[in-house]
Amino acid sequence: MLAVTFAPPVLHIPDGFLSVLVALSLWLVTIVVVIIALRRVNADLGERQVPMMGVLAAAIFAGQMLNFPVAGGTSGHLLGAALATILMGPWAAVIIMTCVIGIQGLIFQDGGLLAMGANIFNMGIVGVVITHFVYRSIRAAAGNRVWSIFVGGFLSAWLSVVLSALITGLELALSGTSPANVAIPAMGGVHILIGLGEALITVGALAFLYFTRPDLLKIGEAKPAGRGIWLAGLVMAIAVAVASPLASSHPDGLEWVAEQQGFLMHAQSAPYHIVPDYLFPGIENQALATILAGIVGVLVVFAVALGIAYARRNKNAASAASQTQH
Amino acid sequence: MHVHFLDPYHAGGSPIHRLDARVKLALTLAFIITTSLVPFGAWAAYILLFAIVLSVELLTDLGIAYFFKRAFLALPFALAALPLIFTVQGAPLATWSSGAGTFTISVEGVERVVSIALKSWLSMQMAIALAATTAFPQLLAAMRALRIPKLLVAIFGLMWRYLFVLADEALRLLRARAARSSASRDAQYKTGGAIVWRARVTGGMAGNLLLRSFERGDRIYDAMAARGYDGEARVLPMPALQAAQWLILGGGLAVCVLILLLALLLA
Amino acid sequence: MHHTIEIRELVFKYPDGARALDGVNFYIAPGEKVALVGPNGAGKSTLLLHLNGILRGEGSVRVAGMEITPSNLLKIRAAVGLVFQDPDDQLFSPTVFDDVAFGPLYQGLPEAQVRARVAEALAAVRMQDYAPRVSHHLSVGQKKRIAIATALSMQPEILVLDEPTAGLDPRARRDLIHLLRELPQTMLIATHDLRMVAELLPRTLVLDQGRIVKDDATRAILDDEDLLRAHGLEKP
Ligand SMILES: Nc1ncnc2c1ncn2[C@@H]1O[C@H](COP(=O)(O)OP(=O)(O)O)[C@@H](O)[C@H]1O
Ligand SMILES: [Mg+2]
Repeated sequence: MLAVTFAPPVLHIPDGFLSVLVALSLWLVTIVVVIIALRRVNADLGERQVPMMGVLAAAIFAGQMLNFPVAGGTSGHLLGAALATILMGPWAAVIIMTCVIGIQGLIFQDGGLLAMGANIFNMGIVGVVITHFVYRSIRAAAGNRVWSIFVGGFLSAWLSVVLSALITGLELALSGTSPANVAIPAMGGVHILIGLGEALITVGALAFLYFTRPDLLKIGEAKPAGRGIWLAGLVMAIAVAVASPLASSHPDGLEWVAEQQGFLMHAQSAPYHIVPDYLFPGIENQALATILAGIVGVLVVFAVALGIAYARRNKNAASAASQTQH
Repeated sequence: MHVHFLDPYHAGGSPIHRLDARVKLALTLAFIITTSLVPFGAWAAYILLFAIVLSVELLTDLGIAYFFKRAFLALPFALAALPLIFTVQGAPLATWSSGAGTFTISVEGVERVVSIALKSWLSMQMAIALAATTAFPQLLAAMRALRIPKLLVAIFGLMWRYLFVLADEALRLLRARAARSSASRDAQYKTGGAIVWRARVTGGMAGNLLLRSFERGDRIYDAMAARGYDGEARVLPMPALQAAQWLILGGGLAVCVLILLLALLLA
Repeated sequence: MHHTIEIRELVFKYPDGARALDGVNFYIAPGEKVALVGPNGAGKSTLLLHLNGILRGEGSVRVAGMEITPSNLLKIRAAVGLVFQDPDDQLFSPTVFDDVAFGPLYQGLPEAQVRARVAEALAAVRMQDYAPRVSHHLSVGQKKRIAIATALSMQPEILVLDEPTAGLDPRARRDLIHLLRELPQTMLIATHDLRMVAELLPRTLVLDQGRIVKDDATRAILDDEDLLRAHGLEKP
């Protein structure tokens, strides 16, 4: 029997979970980056890459159907940002992931439409920039030796998923739709595991390509992106590394940041609370509250993943069964 | 072997099917933005939004069950919002103590969680209605009309075209794996193998899929070049929007604004 | 009076060093219908890709009276309608209409003319009603017809087809042969289908290891069983 499931939609934020302010800001960032990427792809890579990006986007989407059972009904999945980046370079990868996430939202409601800017940002931009930064750094550090393809692929794939997840949690917290000290550790915690699946599949795919068409592994390197993306990767990594624990270890961490920035006044007078309260009432000890919330969050999100995996498995068993009759 | 279940479009002649895709896409986005802007707990506005969703669904001739079933798939995500019932401060609804401390559920917290779930559920149904009643090529035309860069739309189109071809290939790979793993069932080897091994096999399949895609991408480029492709995305211009369609677009946007005003007045 | 296709001492190596074409020479006159046969890997597909400049080798390739150069590439591509083996490669657009309109659009024709060309080409392959359809949901035989229409809509002087009957069931194959018989263009068809060759194409080129080893009337070649056997072919 075939279980055809897609990537667990834990990273695909549906509509309704982001405040309009957060959603539109991320749309804006995404639009700017995608437009730059389109220009760069046209200029650097040439017209041959246009059909290539379309087909590879389809391949990444189809690749998300490939999964392997891990335990308890969950399965390892591919998101593909890392593979796309390593094979095609960051600019083409941004466009490929934009198409993948765009179709998922538009056609399959995996992720919302208003939230699509954020979803593209989290998986298609953060995931790509992190991969590019980590992969290239490791390859450069190893003097482009062969093993660095796999070590770099593993680490960059894992980190791209974990950081995408942390950013997703941060956005939910900023939107006031999930407490920061739940959303961020829960997203991060779950994706530390999901990221391993991504990393293993990525390495498997890279190994296959290395032994059949090693030339394909050079495309991503052929045009080294400028210092910009390297810097962006560094800044992004540091920002996430600082912001996430800060936000989640202080239950009111986001408010603290907001206060420092001096826009708490704005936040409170806005028609919608940009910065909600995150206190776990009744518990004085903040550290304990954080840990408790973290555990609750991890359990909740794990339950979500389990539930979805089961729901999808049953649904897809039915569709696979009806298909074999074709 | 064909992956048909992937395409959510249901051909039909309903008024929603016949609505111009540009109008449909714009109104869907407007509806979702409106739903997101409605404050938490503005129940009257949610009822109005639900009435709109319901009317659209009834007009599609697809049956309401189709939308409800699919829309509930997003609800598990709402669990992420659930802890808000404890963390949002407000009038206590219920309080209890345990070894870890005292837990208080606030009215505002419940209100917020329910609102978030509702927003998500309503938005999702509208998105489903769009996908179910609009053939993808028309959606592409609508995207161009919304000023999405032509090159990006062209890549979207290529992706959609080859989605089915590659999904078929992925399915074939999965079948081949399933066939091989059942063959070794009765041998003394551990079935399935270690997780790392399974992951590597899956990765190999992904690599295989990518390799075929690279080769196909090259062949497609050849086929495009053979017909004069020069890197620029070219399409025929779209016919202008008819007066009736403009009217529906304007009316729909006006309704969205009215609901928002109402919701803000009530809040 | 020019030859429609005129190839002299064509040599082509793939980047990995494989010599796919090793000194190919032949001419095709206007209106001729010619078969290109030979074992797998003989270089047939590679040769066809030279006819509109997708691949460029050493030697000379003249098509419709023009030497292929970067400046007349678009004119050459309008003159040569290339139909690839796998219709899934050729039909890359969301709908049948978009695919058939692709060539005329890139020829820079105005909208009315593009639409007329599409209607005409679809009528020629008897698929008029399929314009709004999505090609993924068509049968292989239907896809092949549409693929031919995508070439016909450019109104080419020469039609070049790569294994057009491969993968077709007997009825679809029969329909396609009828269709090809009706088309007036000069034709070069790479194929393993010698029965179709006998029916449709009076002249045959045998290609093996990148060289034309025989160029003769189809009847003479099909009667030469030793020749056929030597080049991995079988008398139908
Ligand atoms: N893209 C390619 N790269 C390298 N070698 C190729 C490529 N395409 C074909 N070849 C080689 O060129 C030779 C001729 O191939 P092809 O023209 O496809 O033959 P045919 O169509 O007659 O079966 C074969 O040896 C094949 O392996
Ligand atoms: Mg061939």
